[in-house]
Amino acid sequence: MILRLFVAMALMVCASSVTGQTLQDVLQDHQGAVEKASRKTIDPVIEDLIASGLPSVPGFLEEWREKNVWVRKSDGLFFYADTVDKATYTLRDLTTGADVGTVEKSDIKQLRPNSGVRSVIATALVRFQLSDPDPFRRIDALTSIERDPEPEHLEPLRASIADETAPALRARKERLERLLSVSFEQDEDRRIIAIRSFDGDLGVDARAALNPILRTKLVYAEDVPDDANIAAQVIPGSEDLSVEAAYALMVGAGAAAAIPDADARKAILIKNIQDGQVAGFDLVDLDTQDARDQAYVALAQTTDIPVWSPTLAKSDIVKEEPFALVYGEPSEAVTDAALKILNGIETRVAANQFLDLGLDAISLASIYFLAAIGLAITFGVMGVINMAHGEFIMMGAYTGYVVQLFVPDYTLSLILAVPLAFAVTFAAGVAMERLVIRWLYNRPLETLLATFGISIALQQLAKNIFGTQARPLTAPGWLDGAWMINDVVSISYIRIAIFGLSLLFLGILLYILKRTRLGLEVRAVTQNPKMAAAVGINPDRINMLTFGLGSGIAGIAGVAIGLYAKVTSELGTDYIVQSFMTVVVGGVGNIWGTLLGATMIGSLQKGIEWFNPSNTLAAQTYMILFIILFIQIRPRGIIALKGRAAGD
Amino acid sequence: MTEIAQRSFFLRNPSVLVFLALLSVFTLAVTLASEATGFGWMSTSFVKTLGKTLCLCLIAIAMDLVWGYCGILSLGHFAFFGLGGYMIGMWLMYERTKDIVAQSLQNEVLPPTPDELRDAIGTQIFGVVGGSDIPLVWTFADSLFIQLVLVVLVPGLLALVFGWLAFRSRVTGVYLSILTQAMTLALSLYLFQNDSGLRGNNGLSGLQNIPGLTGVSQDVISIWFFWASALALALGYLLAAFMVSGKFGSVIRGIRDDEARVRFLGYNVEAYKLVIFTGTAMISAIAGALYYPQAGIVNPAEIAPIASIYLAVWVAIGGRGRLYGAVIGAAFVSLLSSWFTGGSAPDIPLGTFTIQWTDWWLVVLGLSFVAVTLFAPQGISGVFDKLVRKS
Repeated sequence: MILRLFVAMALMVCASSVTGQTLQDVLQDHQGAVEKASRKTIDPVIEDLIASGLPSVPGFLEEWREKNVWVRKSDGLFFYADTVDKATYTLRDLTTGADVGTVEKSDIKQLRPNSGVRSVIATALVRFQLSDPDPFRRIDALTSIERDPEPEHLEPLRASIADETAPALRARKERLERLLSVSFEQDEDRRIIAIRSFDGDLGVDARAALNPILRTKLVYAEDVPDDANIAAQVIPGSEDLSVEAAYALMVGAGAAAAIPDADARKAILIKNIQDGQVAGFDLVDLDTQDARDQAYVALAQTTDIPVWSPTLAKSDIVKEEPFALVYGEPSEAVTDAALKILNGIETRVAANQFLDLGLDAISLASIYFLAAIGLAITFGVMGVINMAHGEFIMMGAYTGYVVQLFVPDYTLSLILAVPLAFAVTFAAGVAMERLVIRWLYNRPLETLLATFGISIALQQLAKNIFGTQARPLTAPGWLDGAWMINDVVSISYIRIAIFGLSLLFLGILLYILKRTRLGLEVRAVTQNPKMAAAVGINPDRINMLTFGLGSGIAGIAGVAIGLYAKVTSELGTDYIVQSFMTVVVGGVGNIWGTLLGATMIGSLQKGIEWFNPSNTLAAQTYMILFIILFIQIRPRGIIALKGRAAGD
Repeated sequence: MTEIAQRSFFLRNPSVLVFLALLSVFTLAVTLASEATGFGWMSTSFVKTLGKTLCLCLIAIAMDLVWGYCGILSLGHFAFFGLGGYMIGMWLMYERTKDIVAQSLQNEVLPPTPDELRDAIGTQIFGVVGGSDIPLVWTFADSLFIQLVLVVLVPGLLALVFGWLAFRSRVTGVYLSILTQAMTLALSLYLFQNDSGLRGNNGLSGLQNIPGLTGVSQDVISIWFFWASALALALGYLLAAFMVSGKFGSVIRGIRDDEARVRFLGYNVEAYKLVIFTGTAMISAIAGALYYPQAGIVNPAEIAPIASIYLAVWVAIGGRGRLYGAVIGAAFVSLLSSWFTGGSAPDIPLGTFTIQWTDWWLVVLGLSFVAVTLFAPQGISGVFDKLVRKS
């Protein structure tokens, strides 16, 4: 019918221009039906409006729906109306929009289509919008159908595909057509073809269309009609059907009488109290369940109350009874096809979710690596316990924040912030090494305490300067959003950037330590300071520079971490224990070890989170327990130094 | 050597007598100044603060034993302290809630069954974390005796297992510190969860109300707890002094100074470490069990690693390797901290800028750790020692 309408419409486009019929004329043909529109009488009006092919029809339908169309009481003509003030309105012509005079409000009447009429108008509008010359209106129409699909949308959508010129929109329309066919197609074979076309499709919309087909209802099997599409028989007491639920189904079907539970029995007992007694039992004695049960049984013999006895068990009653899961969808062929396709999709979704988990794990690992890599130098290579490492990360993040205060362009400020953060924390590291740490090189436990003192002092300083609330460190626009590989797998650009940054750091550090003069001297000093001094290396200078390097890298890590986490004075504390763990697990004195440690801890945490997604706290707890146990097996970490370098 | 051994314990350790005498005088003074038993010069809340400080001195002694004498820088002893608080807190909270619930159910038409009572208690305690069932860990919460045993048993077992694992694989020095810190973090994260069965981040509250003593006012209870804390501190000090004065003390000091040499002399270093680690964990737990009823609330934030680090800092400031040093450090720093952060310290105006101690105290404290480790490694008591030696 709708197709026919479209053909008619196309014909009438020519026809009406010839006959000179206006919108007002068409409406006047149905004057009564328009003015007092109802769901029952509206269809011929809409059909004629569409058939007229007038260009002003879509606009009129929209205004009609929005209650902007008024009728003049004197002659029954329709107009758009604009408010001048409370009592006067300006009328506009339906076709030209020209001003046709000002009237009192009492002379006109607003058309108020009810919700049934409005939905008919909306469906009719979809037809126009789907073939609208403006592609954005077509997109809007598609979006609104996707959001709220109705059976009536299917035909106009199909009709509009053939004339669609934009390839992207055409593909979108075709997909939407298949989705609507899955849900609303009356012809079973066509519907099954549509269902099969989604084989292996990862889209959320595909699953959203397919899942309702397989929606089931639990029923007591005595009720089931013969032609019902039964999904499975269920046994009460199993995972799908508890004994309680099964019994409630039987009660609902009238196959069993309701059994009063303990609370209901208590209420009945209370209702039957006479002179401080129930069925001869004193109230004060009814302070155990046993006593109450006896009282209830005694009461049941004299009074008309629901039957109950201590031996009455619901599980015995429901045991032999038939229960079934019945599909809401009557056709077995359709549910079979949907089940098969959905199972296939679920398998692919699971595989992709695993991939997504892997990406998450890698990105978490790169964050841990970034936080720990500075520590891998100061703690791993130099053996200095720097509890203020986390505060260096925090200082880097705050440096980024301060730079953004002065440089509003986020990309430029980020480029400035990275070297500046390095400079600030490098200076802080060097100062700390000169003033504190070098006096404590052979007292490691006291280094821990002194640097902890510095840590709380820095934290409180940051709190005093920047306040306790979180400060934003905004990422530039090109880092917003995420790389969507498909509907299941996606990764945000910031995380990719952090991953790239951590790889870059790894490369730079390896290069410095293995290929430069400085690196050679660092390794010499950390292995044997006296021997290094004997061959002309200044251990003081090297220690200072190494510590500065490790601290500076922590500062850059701070900028990166600040981009996706809020910058607070407690930023560092969140990472310090994890960072030490990463270095210890990976193996002290080895950058590769830190990489492995971070990978292991990151994937482990994500893995545990996967089992219990709602609870990241538990994941952290179990991860730390795992690390404690891991150190039992490999006390020196994944990559253990051997021989003299290991020291002891 | 034999001559020394034959002399009595107190003659060999005159500082113990001095300490006990000072503690008795202090206790007497507070008793006389309190509202309940004396002239009322001292507010109840200050008596509580002093009682809590005595508990902190006790755990500082434990920390001094394990770190100052045995060289194990444990960053987990405050976790044992908190666990002790949780164990006693469970009984306090359960029994008190039971009283309240029993009272509110009194007006019911039918007297409540044990099951109904239990359900009501569960709803009352665990309503805040969206539960109503009483978790398994609360099985013995209605028995004071069992919970008191658990106060030492649970932290003791945790320390035993953790210590056995750590010492067995020869984790020493800073690695051990980090590992203990990780254990503390894991424990506090676990307790932060709502389904840990210990009310998540709400912790246990209302612990200052002692079940069965509703008629006794807080000023009396506070002085009782003060006495109990003083007694526990005295006993703990005696025990610690006894442990470190004999052969055992020599061995653990030897482990601190050169672990390998002690091992080569044929001592089972791991066993000694395990005894000292577990023993001090139990002392910490007792201190915690006395502390939290005075504080009124125990929650996972108390267990966070930073608390254990503060503990180490108290001992460092007081002076390691001397029991009175630990006591001085804990009392001095914790009282000073509460004075400065309590807002009662006067602000220092510096022209345009005013130093408010609530903001700047931590900065000063942090820098003073650095100063103490750099310039006074022996802490405050090191200064005492110099004076005593000079005279």
